Amino acid sequence: MAEEVKLLKTWSSLFGLRIVWALKLKGIQFDSIDEDLTNKSPLLLQYNPVYKKVPVLVHNGKSISESLVIIEYIDETWKQNPLLSQDPYEKAMARFWAKFGDDKVLSSIWSVFINQGKEQEEALQVAMENLKLLEENLKGKKFFGGEKIGFLDLALGWLANLICVLEELSDIKIIDKERFPLLLGWMQEFSQAPLINESWPPREKLLTKFQIMRENQSL
Amino acid sequence: MSGNDTTTLRWLLKKMRIRNDEQVNLIIFLQLYSLFLQPLTFFFSSEFLETMEDEVILLDFWPSMFGSRVRIALAEKGVKYEYKEEDLVNNKKSDLLLQMNPVHKTIPVLVHNGKPICESSIIVQYIDEVWKDKAPLLPSDPYQRAQAKFWVDYIDKKVNSPGRKTWCTKGEEQEAGKKEFVEIMKTLEEQLGEKPYFGGETFGFVDICLITYYCWFYSYEKFGKFSLEAECPKLIEWAKRCAQKESVFKTLPDEKKVFGFCIEMRKMFGLD
Repeated sequence: MAEEVKLLKTWSSLFGLRIVWALKLKGIQFDSIDEDLTNKSPLLLQYNPVYKKVPVLVHNGKSISESLVIIEYIDETWKQNPLLSQDPYEKAMARFWAKFGDDKVLSSIWSVFINQGKEQEEALQVAMENLKLLEENLKGKKFFGGEKIGFLDLALGWLANLICVLEELSDIKIIDKERFPLLLGWMQEFSQAPLINESWPPREKLLTKFQIMRENQSL
Repeated sequence: MSGNDTTTLRWLLKKMRIRNDEQVNLIIFLQLYSLFLQPLTFFFSSEFLETMEDEVILLDFWPSMFGSRVRIALAEKGVKYEYKEEDLVNNKKSDLLLQMNPVHKTIPVLVHNGKPICESSIIVQYIDEVWKDKAPLLPSDPYQRAQAKFWVDYIDKKVNSPGRKTWCTKGEEQEAGKKEFVEIMKTLEEQLGEKPYFGGETFGFVDICLITYYCWFYSYEKFGKFSLEAECPKLIEWAKRCAQKESVFKTLPDEKKVFGFCIEMRKMFGLD
């Protein structure tokens, strides 16, 4: 039976991008459907009734939601180019840091972006502390996954692109060379890696989108 | 090395044209090796390593529904461990906790042969993967596994905050918390459907991650003034079914004790 793989996402979705990367790294053919979240399709409402959000992977008619759950599903279903280690401890570490990235790093960087003045300075302190932990994680490694791109690289991949966009718009340097040499090195290696680099959303469009979001936040 | 061995060896070394004095050195070395070093290789063999006891420590806090998840998982697997209670009422975190979970400084933390694992749902998955020969907690089919992980993620994201509001806040905030909590329980009840457990026929990952709230329902209901059984009868049936399992009833603290804890906390927060 031919595999039918569909990915519901949006053109700019950071979490959707993780799934694009995972599928491409595994060499899986898939159909991509870009949703308009202001006008959600019946397909999206059917396949993710709980959250009605993207990304959603539909594999032979069965849907899986939540990007990190989807990546693990992909890794378990298609065994080539494994993304997670077989060792339970290494797996637990990758899962822990991916959760840290989503729960703490993303929100702390967003806070820097949408705030001004003193609040922005405080937010920056928190963001730096979080990034320091990621920097330590990279010691002696090319990627978070070691020699090759793995689960944690995909989970944190949004950093490699979004940071530059946000830094440009808010005129603040979050990841500087002195404090985060390894993180900067990883950002470059990752964003230029084959299959990863061809999937970034158009930069100009992202700049516009986030500029609007920033303005809306400060209203 | 036996006399025969030595004779054979000397013959071999002579064939290799190794000088007599060097032959002697070599034979002495080999004799020493077989006496002392070779027996030590046993300690690196899998037979020995498997017989070594795992050192498992759990840092926890008795009312924590997150810590309970880990205790139930360990009980299901029959794993022996050392339990260390953290004094979180007085916010006295031990040096071990700060060392083992420097990022969040929270419980539970599982320390397995010196290596820490944090975040309860991650710990439960770790336990399932390490002690895989008994009582599987997650299904083997990738799609079913993804469903289980999705619902545990849902429980992690959604249940705690409104649950907490029902006993830890007043007025409008409490009302809103109660409403949201009931809605979430209804969603979970719908997901359970007619199955005996969330995983189907057997008690598993999702059941473990939700059942630990069961001993808190009494407090939520008392302070929030509602009845979960009236709102979600099938869910309460499920909870009672789970509570009959030894791993569950031996782990969960008594609901009245939890209620007493809530009263103490409310006083500390100045709510009463």
